[in-house]
Amino acid sequence: MLEENLSEEETKMTTMSTVNAGGKQKRKKKRGTQQRRETRWGLAFLSPWILGFTIFTAIPMLASLFFSFTNYNPIHPDQMEWVGLFNYQRLLNDPQLTNAIKVTLRFAAISLPFSIILPLSAAVLVNSKHLLGKNIFRTLFYMPYMIPVVVGVMVWGGILNSESGWLNVALKWVLGVEGPNWLQDEKWVIPALTIMGFWGIGNTMLTMLAGLQNVPTELYEAAKVDGAGPVRSFFKITLPMISPVIFYNLTLALIGSFQYFTQAYIISNGRGDPNGATMFYNLYLYKTAFGFLDMGYGCTLAWAMFVVVLLLTIGLFATSNKWVYYAGGND
Amino acid sequence: MAEQEKKPKKLMTPKRATKKFTAKATVTLFGILVISMFLMPLAYMSVTAFKTLHQITDINAHFFPKSPVSFEYEGKEYPLYQVPTEDGEVHEWALYRKGREDSDWLDPKNLEAGPIFWEGRWRVLDPVYEFNPTFDNFPAAWNQVNFQRLFRNTLVIAISSTIGTLLSSVAVAYGFARFKIPGINTIFMVLIATIILPTQVTLIPQYIFFRSIGWGGTWWPLIIPHFFANAYNVFLLRQYFRGIPKDLDEAAMIDGASPLRVLLSVIIPQSWPAITAVSMFHFFWAWNDFFTPLVYLQGREDLYPISVGLTQFNNIYSVQPGLAMAAAIMAVALPVVIFFSAQKVFMQGIVITGVDK
Repeated sequence: MLEENLSEEETKMTTMSTVNAGGKQKRKKKRGTQQRRETRWGLAFLSPWILGFTIFTAIPMLASLFFSFTNYNPIHPDQMEWVGLFNYQRLLNDPQLTNAIKVTLRFAAISLPFSIILPLSAAVLVNSKHLLGKNIFRTLFYMPYMIPVVVGVMVWGGILNSESGWLNVALKWVLGVEGPNWLQDEKWVIPALTIMGFWGIGNTMLTMLAGLQNVPTELYEAAKVDGAGPVRSFFKITLPMISPVIFYNLTLALIGSFQYFTQAYIISNGRGDPNGATMFYNLYLYKTAFGFLDMGYGCTLAWAMFVVVLLLTIGLFATSNKWVYYAGGND
Repeated sequence: MAEQEKKPKKLMTPKRATKKFTAKATVTLFGILVISMFLMPLAYMSVTAFKTLHQITDINAHFFPKSPVSFEYEGKEYPLYQVPTEDGEVHEWALYRKGREDSDWLDPKNLEAGPIFWEGRWRVLDPVYEFNPTFDNFPAAWNQVNFQRLFRNTLVIAISSTIGTLLSSVAVAYGFARFKIPGINTIFMVLIATIILPTQVTLIPQYIFFRSIGWGGTWWPLIIPHFFANAYNVFLLRQYFRGIPKDLDEAAMIDGASPLRVLLSVIIPQSWPAITAVSMFHFFWAWNDFFTPLVYLQGREDLYPISVGLTQFNNIYSVQPGLAMAAAIMAVALPVVIFFSAQKVFMQGIVITGVDK
């Protein structure tokens, strides 16, 4: 479809440029046509996204807002009724939703610090001038990022097995403590999911690495002259200089925790075991919309999530001028 | 990522050289330690896939797949043990007659000696193990879930959606990078905003829409939306395109090339690192995508990709870890091979496109 559009446009353009070639003196007019020509070409190139945005984002968003005021069920679409704010009132006293929010926040609280600190530490390590074979290390740290989540869950499931799992064996061997039953214990399943998440640090690490490499070396040299050690210059120079990257990743991680789904779905086949401890917000949404086919309420949950994520992002942005340092106004 | 150590070489005193060597050794050793812990689950996967259920549940479970060795004598099997004798040597003998405080042994190397009498408790001795991997898990796993079909499905979905996103994202990124259109900055902001838009907010109407045009239970909802560009890819490509000097475009334009021509013969040939990075990125993403197939292919097991098809292995995991890990290895093999063979371009592309904000 795209190709067709372009070739059609192209023929139009060529006829137009031959016309233009005739009137070289009329400069002003030519500039006008050139601007128009540029706009048309530009729009032609942008058209796939504009079309896709309209069909797959803008209209569905509004439709989803509309459905959130109905009791839409795909089995009886003809029985759809306008229920006003009913679904929104349900939000306020839905004990399962309260649980889902608790689970999600608990996960965010436990995993967010790791999702920043670990990739940052890895980035510092693979950026160290003393490390031999940097590229090998970078590749290996990145590699698990592209291992399918299902495989990750299966492999980590083995590692976290309460009896034969290597983690508990190691805990017993090194520290002499009996490890918990990671995946079946309400208290430990969220830390277990956090540990599984360690494998996904690759991408964040690379953005942090790019940030580290962008810090001007003069700053470190100046600090060295002033007698600052490596620890001090890390906290006084590196951290402030890469704070925009940290901020960007923090925002993404926060949003990600509300969309957390696959791992939680796989470890208990979508049941939220043990005892609802992994019934994440997004999993609950999925269950409501595609399990119980209560799509009206599903849309309400989706919009509520959208609003919360938006508010959190705005909140983060609002605090960002207190701790994020932008070196000279970049665009 | 050019090596930054191109400063003129200074003559180093032996002391400085030692210091430098120590620093390098310490940091590199630390790095090796960290990376081994990080990748330890892969080791677990690899060794478990070659173990039988018996080897996994064995009380003396070994790191490598190993089995106790036995010795056949006169049609009967006798287990081998490591038997220490008074002269301080340890012999690998087969247990011929079990006794509580003493027992009789056969020396496989010297059968003529007959049963050897030995005093001591055979129960406290270590059995002799040998490296004995099984390869049965792989065909078993392959057949159990019809891996061939899963592979085919995943490849079709991942390749066609990658082609779609490449065609569209390159065009859109070029549009954003090179054309002065009134309001283009606003449009770009909208594009970027879609990165943080939760997909759930569009999910249900999209599902209803695709079902209503008869695409429920087909691959189309997994492929077609990618022909309309995606914010992340457009952003990365635009950053890269903007780094290409404009003089080249202009020179081509003066020679009468159309913008499409410029894109094809000036921009794209210079952007292979970014294009490779984006396509691999998308390919891995599509290979791993779980949510979309879960939603749209419900009840159509014949169309499942690996990601969803493999979940049943997680359920049998507790019973058949070896089988599950063999399936895991087969599922990661292709992405890993692609990743390592193109890792140089890939990592460079990410770093380059990611660098200037």
